[in-house]
Order: sequence, then C-alpha cells, then structure tokens
Amino acid sequence: MNWIAIGLTLQLATLTALVLLVIGLPLAYWLSFSRWRWKFAIESVVALPLVLPPTVLGFYILVAIGPHSPVGRFYTTLVGHPLPFTFEGLLFASILYSLPFAVQPFATAFDQVDRRLVEASWTMGLSRLRTFVKLILPLSTTGIVTGIVLSFAHTLGEFGVVLMVGGNIEGETRTVSIDIYDEVQALNYAGAAKTALFLLAVSYTVLLLVYGMNRSVREGRLALLSLQR
Amino acid sequence: MASELIVDLTKTFPGRITIEVNFALPLDPPTVLILFGPSGSGKTTVLRCLAGLEWPERGVIRFNGQPWVDTAKGVRVPPQQRRLGYMFQDYALFPMHTVAGNIAFGLTDLPSAERSSRVGEAVRLLQLQGLEGLRPSQLSGGQQQRVALARAVVRHPGLLLLDEPLSALDLPTRVRLRTELRRLLRDLAIPSIVVTHDWEEALALGDHMVVMKDGRMLQKGTPQAVFNAPTNAEVATIVGMETVLPGRIVESAGGLATVDVAGIKLLAVSEEEAGSEVFACIRAEDVILEPLGAGAISARNRLAGTVRTITSLGALVQVEIDCGFALAAVVTRAGMEELSLGPGRPVIAAIKAGAVHLVPRK
Repeated sequence: MNWIAIGLTLQLATLTALVLLVIGLPLAYWLSFSRWRWKFAIESVVALPLVLPPTVLGFYILVAIGPHSPVGRFYTTLVGHPLPFTFEGLLFASILYSLPFAVQPFATAFDQVDRRLVEASWTMGLSRLRTFVKLILPLSTTGIVTGIVLSFAHTLGEFGVVLMVGGNIEGETRTVSIDIYDEVQALNYAGAAKTALFLLAVSYTVLLLVYGMNRSVREGRLALLSLQR
Repeated sequence: MASELIVDLTKTFPGRITIEVNFALPLDPPTVLILFGPSGSGKTTVLRCLAGLEWPERGVIRFNGQPWVDTAKGVRVPPQQRRLGYMFQDYALFPMHTVAGNIAFGLTDLPSAERSSRVGEAVRLLQLQGLEGLRPSQLSGGQQQRVALARAVVRHPGLLLLDEPLSALDLPTRVRLRTELRRLLRDLAIPSIVVTHDWEEALALGDHMVVMKDGRMLQKGTPQAVFNAPTNAEVATIVGMETVLPGRIVESAGGLATVDVAGIKLLAVSEEEAGSEVFACIRAEDVILEPLGAGAISARNRLAGTVRTITSLGALVQVEIDCGFALAAVVTRAGMEELSLGPGRPVIAAIKAGAVHLVPRK
C-alpha cells in the first residue's frame, strides 16, 4: 500500500472540504435566498462539474492556470513557480470539481428553512448575518454535514482532473486513484487491490456516516437527493 | 410633523393582483387600525410592506415623520431598523427554541440581566408562567398564540403588526383570546395594525378600519361607521352586518343579557356581565317586520318604528326603520307589498334574542 499517496489524498480531501465549507456557505445562501431572475444561470455553472467529463474540466483548469494565462502568470510572479502539477494546483482543481457536492446540499438545506422564521428573525431586529448564524445554520446542520462529507468523499476518488492538472508526482500530486492506476499498469495487482480496498473502506464508512445521520432526518435525505436536481 | 403613520403605496404581483392603498393612523394617543377584507384582498401584503418584508413599486410609508419607504427618493429602511413587533398568522415560532428562547431571541443586544427581566415581564403579561422551558410543539394553539404575541411585544416596539392573530384557533379559544387581546392592546398602548376577516374581531379591537377587496381600498372609517353605513353594496356584502349599535348591558342572568341601546332595551343571548360596554349587532335578514296590532310572537324584541327608506336589492328590498335608532331589515318584495311598506309607515320590527350579537367594546 502506498502510504504517501494515501496521506496526500486525505490531506487534499480535507483541505478541499474545508475550503468548500468556507466558500460554499455564502454561495449556497445566495443561491437559496436571491430573487435575481438570472439566478438559474449561476446554479447551472455550479452544477457543471456533475455532468462535465473530468478530463474536459481538467483541461480547462489546466489552460486557465497554466503559464500562458493571466491567472497563471500572476501566480508565478507571486509564488515563484507555476500552479499546474503542484499540490496547490490540484487543490484548486478539486475545489471546482467538488463544488456542487458541497453547495447543493447546503442550498437545499437552506431552501428547507421556513422563510417565515427567517422573516420573523428580521422583524425582531436580527441582521441578515446574525439570522444566518443564529437561525439558518442550526436548522441546516444535517445538510451542511452532508455537503462536507460528500465533497470529502468525492475528492478522494477523483482521477481525470488529477491526471490533467496534477500529473503523477510522488508526494506532490500522486493521489490514491492515480497510484492504483499505476500499479495496474505495472501488473502489480496485489498492490492495487490493497489500495483499492482501502479506498473502498473509507468511502463506504463516509457514506455510512451520512446515511446513518440522515436516517431519522428527512431534510438530510433531501439534501442527498438534491444532487440529482 | 404630525405624529402619525402614513401609508400610500402600490404593489403589483404581475398577472395576479395590484394592491393600492392609502391611509393614515394617528399614533398619539395610540390606536388600533383594522385591515379588513376577504382572503386574497391584499391585507397581508400591506402589512408585509409595513414590516419591510415586501417592497412596493411606488409609494411612501412614513412612521412618525421618519421615512421607511419612499420610492421616489430611493428610501428603503430594512425591517431590522423599524422597531416592530410582527406576529405571523401561524405564529412562525422557532421550533428548536423553548418558549423563553423564542421570546428572548430578538433581545441579544441587551445585557443578560435586562434580557431576563424583559422575558419575565412578557411571560407575566401573556400569562405564560410555567411554560418557559417547553418547546412550541408541546404547546396548545392558544399558548402558541400567546408566545407569538409575547415575542412581538417584548422589544417594546413602536408599531405592532398582527396578521390574523386569532384565525388559527378553534372558536371557543378565539372568543376567549379576543377579550384578552383587546385588554392587552389597551394596556400596552402601542399603535397597532390588525389584519382580519372576522367582523367580531374588527368591532372588538378596532378604532379605525380599512376595508379592502381585490387589492383596492373600498372604505375607511371607524368600525361602527363602516358597518352601519357601507358606502356601497360591495362593502355591505364584505362586512355582512348591517346594524351595529353601541350599548351597555344593564342586566345579565341565565345566559340572557339586557342591553340598553339609545334608551331602548334589547334582549340578547350573551354571557357578558352587567355594566359591560358592547356593540349590539343585528343582521338585516334576522329582522322580521309585522304590521301594528299583530298577536303575540316568540321573538323577544319587538320594536315599534316607522319606515324611513326602502332600497331595492333585486328580489329583496332593504328597509331602514327608525325605532329610536336606525335598524336595517331585509324582506322579500312580496312581503313588502303585503305590509304596504313605504316611507313613514308605522311597523313593528321583531328580533329574536339569539339574533342580537353582542361584541364587547374597549
């Protein structure tokens, strides 16, 4: 078993889930509460990674952060090396790739919050931010946990995007799924089987957690269903 | 500037309804305004515009000289800055908080000693002692209603907005809480706007009344004036009570009350105590007209009077009788001809005790 790849993958998945929590909550709040008529256009962009082939997404990210793009040039002057084929580049790609897995459960949980409760809080003098923290978040915990766990699990298993943006550098961008692919290419089935089993066990445990938590909580299951919306 | 609430606004829901109202509510001394009308007439939307939960396309809302909404100047004061008490029709209590938690929810800016004394004050005022630790799902409808009211008044708001405050309750509870609500509004002395479609609520609680239908404002005035003198047939149909008379109960025994109305005694079925100020309300179709000198009948109230006017209502005619006060009656055209009714004609108006509805007044 390749412990370096496993450690790297867990680190990547944890960081992705954390960043998605920070940027996903405000984005989901906006998606849930905005009355803007073109909102669906943004909703579609957020959902794109669900339907786009990972290689296509990876290709665009690679081009967007590569040394020929303004973003890539800016990053290079800032840090001293280009973004593609680094852990940071991989993290950036993972965040985009797993965005809907965090934002959609968050947004569905917010959609489930009775609007009159929110309005009641506003008329009681609580600002929008405090209403969010004191009322909306506590009523949405299941959906938020679901979003974090799903984006974590989804990042664990990504392959196409990693290959396009990260490549295959030991200790830097070689994730578990790339490692398994490598082992199979080298006809080392025993090594691949061990790592694959590990990934299967982690994924199953994570889903056990989510479904177990959702079992008695209806809105959580709705949050899972929301991935298909 | 005059101490009043000025409302003049247009709010459109495209393809559905356009709401257009303008009225003013004097704030000093505090009074209660009733927004009255059938469901779908736009009353709640007006209340939501006042709360800042809905924004009119055009108009002005000014509270005590302070603009809350002025579309021409782009003024939009959010609900948080209006110092309101808003009560939702189905209460919108926070399910995860206790009764005390619900009441204290909007008091986060106060020091904790002040906060608990405010909660205690609201709990006493609404008689919620002993329920502080329960959650909304553990309360009866009447208790939930009182928690919602406590939550609305605990911040000492400058304006109280109540959306159908009693409509979610069963009838006996509604009648009991109507009396309590009347006492509460009087004791609190906070300017209030109450949305209702219940005529008894309007008479019991209101100092002023605005009648709405399909987004339009049909009539405004004191409740008594609106009921007794609807400006058109539409208002008359909406309010559905043609005669409303102020009176005082002079005797009450065995479920029957004697009411003195302009010196005339009426017998009514009521448990109200002697000495209470009431409105005696009589539907025109409950008044039976008979010629002078007819024999004994079972109706307990027989009033001698003269016909003042006759108005055609199609198959029916509405007859206005002067019997010490103005009384409206509805009879068929054939009935009118049989009694040869016409202006100046003497007649007896008979009303069953059960048809005289008493609504306690402030």
